[in-house]
Amino acid sequence: MNAPLVAVSAISRSYSMRSGMFGRAAAVHAVDGVSLTIPRGETLGLVGESGSGKSTTGRIVLGLEPPDHGEVRFDGKPMAAPGTATWRAQRARMQMIFQDPLGALDRRLPVGTQIREPLDIHGLGTPGEREERVRELLRDVELTPAHGARYPGALSGGQRQRIVLAQALATKPDFLVCDEPVSALDVSIQAQVVNLLCDLQAQLSLTLLFISHDLRVVRQISNVVAVMYLGRIVEIGLADDLFAQPEHPYTQALVSASPAPGRRSAGRIVLAGDPPNPAARPNGCAFHPRCPRAIARCAQEVPVLSAVGGNRQVACHLVTGAATRDAA
Amino acid sequence: MSDVTLKETALRRRISLPAIPVSVLLAIGWIVAMLVIAAFAEMIAPYGFTQLDLRNRLAAPGNPAHWLGTDELGRDVLSRLLVSIRISLLIAFGATAISAIVGTTLGFLAAHFRGAVEQLVLMLTDFQASMPFLIMALAVLAFFGNSLPLLIGLMGLFGWERYARIARGLAISANAQGYAAAVRQLGATPSRIYLRHILPNIASTLIVSTTLVFPEVILMESGLSFLGLGVQPPMTSLGNMVGYGREYLTRAPWIMLAPATTIVVTTLAVSVIGDWLRDRLDPTLQ
Amino acid sequence: MGRYFAIRIGRAALTIVLVVTFAFVVLRLSGDPALMILGPEAPPEVLAAFRKAWGLDDPIWAQYFDYFGAIAKGELGRSMRDGRPAIELVLERIPATLALTLPAFFFKVALGIPAGIYAALHRGSGIDRAVMMTAVAGFTVPSFVLALVLVLVFAVQLGWLPSGGQDSWRHAILPIATLSLGGAAVLARFTRSAMLEVLGQPYIRTASAKGVPWRKVVTSHALPNAAIPTVTILGFMVGTLIAGAVVVESVFAWPGVGRLLVVAVANRDLAVVQCILLLVAITMVTSNLIVDFLYGFLDPRLRSKGAHA
Repeated sequence: MNAPLVAVSAISRSYSMRSGMFGRAAAVHAVDGVSLTIPRGETLGLVGESGSGKSTTGRIVLGLEPPDHGEVRFDGKPMAAPGTATWRAQRARMQMIFQDPLGALDRRLPVGTQIREPLDIHGLGTPGEREERVRELLRDVELTPAHGARYPGALSGGQRQRIVLAQALATKPDFLVCDEPVSALDVSIQAQVVNLLCDLQAQLSLTLLFISHDLRVVRQISNVVAVMYLGRIVEIGLADDLFAQPEHPYTQALVSASPAPGRRSAGRIVLAGDPPNPAARPNGCAFHPRCPRAIARCAQEVPVLSAVGGNRQVACHLVTGAATRDAA
Repeated sequence: MSDVTLKETALRRRISLPAIPVSVLLAIGWIVAMLVIAAFAEMIAPYGFTQLDLRNRLAAPGNPAHWLGTDELGRDVLSRLLVSIRISLLIAFGATAISAIVGTTLGFLAAHFRGAVEQLVLMLTDFQASMPFLIMALAVLAFFGNSLPLLIGLMGLFGWERYARIARGLAISANAQGYAAAVRQLGATPSRIYLRHILPNIASTLIVSTTLVFPEVILMESGLSFLGLGVQPPMTSLGNMVGYGREYLTRAPWIMLAPATTIVVTTLAVSVIGDWLRDRLDPTLQ
Repeated sequence: MGRYFAIRIGRAALTIVLVVTFAFVVLRLSGDPALMILGPEAPPEVLAAFRKAWGLDDPIWAQYFDYFGAIAKGELGRSMRDGRPAIELVLERIPATLALTLPAFFFKVALGIPAGIYAALHRGSGIDRAVMMTAVAGFTVPSFVLALVLVLVFAVQLGWLPSGGQDSWRHAILPIATLSLGGAAVLARFTRSAMLEVLGQPYIRTASAKGVPWRKVVTSHALPNAAIPTVTILGFMVGTLIAGAVVVESVFAWPGVGRLLVVAVANRDLAVVQCILLLVAITMVTSNLIVDFLYGFLDPRLRSKGAHA
């Protein structure tokens, strides 16, 4: 079996947040004890509402910020501390695709120059080779070399995201973190970009962490999907399997809320209660105030993520039953 | 949108480009003329600026040999004016460049390191903004005596706090989201992020600040020179000439009026250009 | 509100410390004080004795703290020219300076603020344009040029007023006029933009839409809000009362603090320069503090925040 390219063990990250000018500083646990492994060449989808900690997880996995606890290992080695020379050199092997391509591009430079920039930064190839590589990358993302002379403002949203993709691929990285890469795009463009990403992943055998709140997109691209709620993973499993038969009540609600062909909206589970607030996490299972099936125990004990057969792991008292504590 | 309409708008843009207000055109023309004079002062000047013409002392303007007249020693006012423009502009440009570089660098350092470095920079900007610069400048001149490089360096400490505040604010917001964060995660070094990406993006705001600082430096230098504490004779500057001309105010007001007019028109021209640039480049600045 | 004022007072103290540090550093960088005060011809044993007496052989940080101690006790050194204590020399010049700057401050406020308000309320009118043009002129014409032009017109050409000296109240007219015109222009421009900013706010439109008479909208909504930024610049002007007339006093040979400063700088009379520097710093810091206190009363947001603290 091939060793995982990325191994994340029990990372946590909390921010201190003040409420008002004279309020007490409260710790907000954005990410709490998340563990993940991503095998080479595979895609892990990370799903959750805003505030679930999925973007923070992505940033920690990519080494953009250090975890308070836990560890991220990349290709068997621990991640370098952000800002160090080693860390900068590591960037050639892992890249981020941002949600807002216009914000991620420098409006004052032609996009071709920006695609070339990672090559300049990491000193890869001669100037001539770099130019050639830029043309090649533009073709890879289905644009023409002529697009390279344009400025970000003169491109459409989809074209900009292709430029960001080309820039990310310039150094031939092994690992990409895509944080909501298509949610800022028109629905019709979304499919094109996702298809392109799928093709490129297969061609270049990329390893992806794909973060999105859009289940359809995640399902299309991912091998394994993890569902996050208030900083913790509540369910993880093979993509098709998980969507076909969600176990955790929260996953069930998400899946039922997502339109799918051939399914009636009659069976839709509507969540009650407030949307999750990371600053005020409920005791016990964080989901219990909104859970349609919550029992008394859910308000007291935190359920542990444990295997329920096959490749599935779920953190729910109702699914895993009393045996979990011993198993974990 | 079809190609034809695109071409039309491009054409229209090209035609509407010269629609610069007349006042701004005049201001630009004046500044260009000043720069040409500063560059070629010695070649244009009809006489050496210290050359005496004792037969033509205190000649009035319009004299065929001395268009702008002469002073008490018979030195040609026009020649002295041209050389003064060179010295005053040299000081103003040198000082503005120093203050822009110092201020922007400190602003970037504050934005990059945050914490103690940022507090230190903020403390210094508060201090600089709360003390009248003229008094501080006079104190330094009293302690160190005077020389042209010192004067340029001293004037270079004027106005740096504005650049520092602007650069810090804009760099922090660029770092927080967007292109700077994106370039950082590409593995770029801090110097690359700040110089190649953030600096070009905030340049227009900094240039507008330059047009505010530049005239004030001219006024400050001419004030010091007027008091006899700036540029020292035999060297001459615009303020210096006004200070000298003040002695002959009753008999030969032209000695004072020529440099005084130059100071006023130059600061006015830079302000006019600055206002226009601010409207065009940076509508957010007050 | 206590916390707010505590921070302001701390910052004020910090500014004074920075000015003293600045004076100390510049003083030490500019050469050996013993040589500078006793002259290069002084015999070595005299220099050594002087250094010992003034603690110049102590470590630099000890000298630094001694320097603070001396300043706290009001020991600001003696003038190199006549050997009198510097503080005395400076203090006796203050009334002459205030005789110019106080009336000038009054005229600046009396002319500048109403002109700015009027210009803002009648935006685009002839008076507005005149105010703006005067304001631009006030910024681009340096005070020494304005002073000389006034002398040229009123003293030389018309012969109405004396061109310099301090013999009668008529001698003060031109210096006060010079100081007032420039300051009034700056203040008018500032007040105008502060008023325009406030008049563009939604609450002004709301008030007048509710049927509040325009006069009342202006007096009870626009003016108090425009006063907040204007107070800041007024505070800065108060801070320059002592040393804001350096150039003007020199032009009109007016024996005030500014004139003293220029002469002291020309003669490198360090004790006097240092004394004026500290005095200016204290004035600036005090007036900034007063502005901060006024803010506390003018800005209701600050008041309510203070109530929580």
